[in-house]
Amino acid sequence: MRNRKAIAAYHLMLIPGFVLLILFSIIPMSGIVIAFEKFVPAKGIWGSKWIGMKNFEYMFSLPDSRSIFTNTLVIAVSKILCQLIVPVFVALMLGEIRSVWFKRTVQTVIYLPHFLSWVVLGGIITNMCSLDGIVNRMVMVFGGQPIMFLASNAWFRKVIILTDTWKEFGFGTVIYMAAMTGIDETLYESAQIDGATRMQRIWYITLPGILSTIVLMATLSLGNVLNAGFEQILTLYNPLVYQTGDILDTYVYRMGIENAQYGLATAVGLLKSVLSMILIILSYYMAGRFANYSIF
Amino acid sequence: MTHHRSRFLTALRMNWWIALILLLLAFSCLLPILNTVAISLSNQAYAATGRVGLIPVEFTLSSYEKLMAEATFGRAFLISVLRVLLGVALGMLTTILTAYPLSKSTRAFPLRNAYMWFLVFTMIFNAGTIPWYMQIRNLGLLNTLWALVLPCAVSSYNIILMMNFFRGIPREIEEAAIMDGAGAWRVLLQVYLPLSLPSLATIALFILVQHWNNFYDGLILMNKPSNYPLQTYIYQLTVRIDPSTISDAETLREALKVSGLTLNASKLVVSMVPVMVVYPFLQRYFVKGLTLGAVKG
Repeated sequence: MRNRKAIAAYHLMLIPGFVLLILFSIIPMSGIVIAFEKFVPAKGIWGSKWIGMKNFEYMFSLPDSRSIFTNTLVIAVSKILCQLIVPVFVALMLGEIRSVWFKRTVQTVIYLPHFLSWVVLGGIITNMCSLDGIVNRMVMVFGGQPIMFLASNAWFRKVIILTDTWKEFGFGTVIYMAAMTGIDETLYESAQIDGATRMQRIWYITLPGILSTIVLMATLSLGNVLNAGFEQILTLYNPLVYQTGDILDTYVYRMGIENAQYGLATAVGLLKSVLSMILIILSYYMAGRFANYSIF
Repeated sequence: MTHHRSRFLTALRMNWWIALILLLLAFSCLLPILNTVAISLSNQAYAATGRVGLIPVEFTLSSYEKLMAEATFGRAFLISVLRVLLGVALGMLTTILTAYPLSKSTRAFPLRNAYMWFLVFTMIFNAGTIPWYMQIRNLGLLNTLWALVLPCAVSSYNIILMMNFFRGIPREIEEAAIMDGAGAWRVLLQVYLPLSLPSLATIALFILVQHWNNFYDGLILMNKPSNYPLQTYIYQLTVRIDPSTISDAETLREALKVSGLTLNASKLVVSMVPVMVVYPFLQRYFVKGLTLGAVKG
């Protein structure tokens, strides 16, 4: 009796959240048919003409489609790799520091950028990378020629990957630091007695101790292979670097929102969503398999 | 003996190197922010030549005075404050009310897994920007504050974080409350919530920062710049220098000069302030909240 009342209360509690999910996640899924239509806003979803896979064929026939896929993959995978490697190194270095005060200060400062928006950082980076910016001043001090970093196809991706790593490495470091506190202290003590060097300690105790976290991060990041960082690129790119910087999300934004090519934009978005879903499911499966992790 | 001492010295020297590298890394995270603060406090003409480093040159508050006088900035700031207040309230409500039933076992709540699968499905598959935009338009929310709040009110990530925390609370406490005659709502409000304050604080701060920093939804869901929240306003202001119209370096330099470097810098600084203010609190709760959600295994 009491149990039934509790269950009724649970259903009631779930109403607000699930109504919002239905409104803003489920109902929009019916809009996916736009991807298979020659969509005309005035005729609506049900009145527009069905054209099957034409939008997808058109997408692949575009000369840009190749560079957009390449850019998305190259930028996203590079970011994932940097995001896996850099924080581990920083966490290992922080682990060697005895002074608690120093450790905490460095930690606090390095993950500050994670909480700042790409709009703000985009503005700051644009200033710093401009011809008169602080970066080019340093280049000139060392005798180089000033470079328009954000307008150069040779530099754009590098700036994107570097600034993203810079923004997020502190965040990753904190995760590995947390994992390191879980390592059994007595292991280090016996290593000390056996006369292990610093490198031996790191190699045989610390790294194996955080390996499961590294594996977990690596598998979960698989779901991001098509997420090259929409907000970052939108705030930093310009037509001069579309060739190396235009990604799926920015393309959908320009085609759909700015040029009102709804059919094409929905098709590109759908393709990305489906591929991402497959990747995420795969990553959850692998995380469960290799890191004994489950999201729920 | 000498062998030991030399090893000790190498270790010591190594520590200095590590400390130095870490200091440089930390400095690199502060440098851009300090540079922007310095530019915002410098003389406009001087700043435009790019010679301001970490210390303001010809200190002046004029850019902040100009900022205060600008009505559009004030309005954008107000819209952002409103969306944060509304967004945090609504976000906390949905997070708590959704996470609590989902934290129950299937024995206590038989349909729990069905709801959970539904939630995970919306988390891993989305219809894409265009259908999402059209739904918000069909609901008549474009150009309203609700468009910035309702569509992102449910965060699966936060719900799972909260759910895992609820699960960590010993069952006996709940059973004792039920013995005393408390119903599901009373148990949630009087037993679970008081025990979850650090997690609630973490999630509230997450939602706050996310709402404050979001610029993209403002950009596509608001047709009029007068409805832009602060970050969208700044985006459109600082990022809209179109280099395609600028052929050589000289004209680009001129374009950047007239765009008001110090004024923009002051806007960037002001928009960072709220995040900086809550940052120490974030810092305190964040590791606990994060490790609960991300590295649960």
